[in-house]
Amino acid sequence: MATAKEPRKRPLSPHLQIYRPQITSVLSITHRLTGIGLAVGALFLTYWLSSAGYGPEAFETAQAVLASWFGRLVLLGFTFCLYFHLANGIRHLAWDAGWGFELPTLRLTGWLVVIVAAIATVVTFAVGYSMRGGY
Amino acid sequence: MQMRSSLGKVRGLGSTKSGVVHWWAQRITAVALVPLSIWFVIAAIGLVGADYGTFQDWISLHGNLVLLIAFTAVLFHHAQLGLQVVIEDYIHGEALKVASIVAVKFVAAMCTISIIFAALRVAFAG
Repeated sequence: MATAKEPRKRPLSPHLQIYRPQITSVLSITHRLTGIGLAVGALFLTYWLSSAGYGPEAFETAQAVLASWFGRLVLLGFTFCLYFHLANGIRHLAWDAGWGFELPTLRLTGWLVVIVAAIATVVTFAVGYSMRGGY
Repeated sequence: MQMRSSLGKVRGLGSTKSGVVHWWAQRITAVALVPLSIWFVIAAIGLVGADYGTFQDWISLHGNLVLLIAFTAVLFHHAQLGLQVVIEDYIHGEALKVASIVAVKFVAAMCTISIIFAALRVAFAG
């Protein structure tokens, strides 16, 4: 009768933290993290719009919460998450169409995503502040 | 040709339960969210610091109401599909995994209903 043996000690592949971070791998996990962030942002969206259903007082309270320094900081984070996920999502759709798998192209589009997300975030907040008189 | 074993079918195992449907829905909602989310950001900038009356005027416009409802429905469908993949990747206990996915789907559905109802209420009251 065969008895259960200790599994043979096999060589392990290197753990995740041993790999040198690369633009491809870093953007891959960032896409997922920003997606989770945006799901949390969608809860804020629900609070904001649902408050309007409760009437003027509830809506204006929500507007004040979002306009507070903490609200703005959170919105800044969500804005970057949105632009990153949007830009990198388009990159993903291009891959689904079979385009952009060559390493130089991957690196180029990867950095493009980071730059576009950063610039779009700054522009969005600049426009938002200019429309509010800059306070 | 049927490639799945009878035992696998009975146990509901295998990667082809509804994998393609999920994958395709994720892509279709992603494509829809490209213009919808850009529209939403521009609209949201215009509503920075808006009082209730301004918001009511904005949402009473037919195009804004329709786009907001479309954005909400597609956004939560896409979010729910994405979170499902994250849960499937990181939660290995079957009971907790299924419970988490169901919970995420319930919350997404409730948020969608809440926003759509609030939007209609404010728009029709104006």
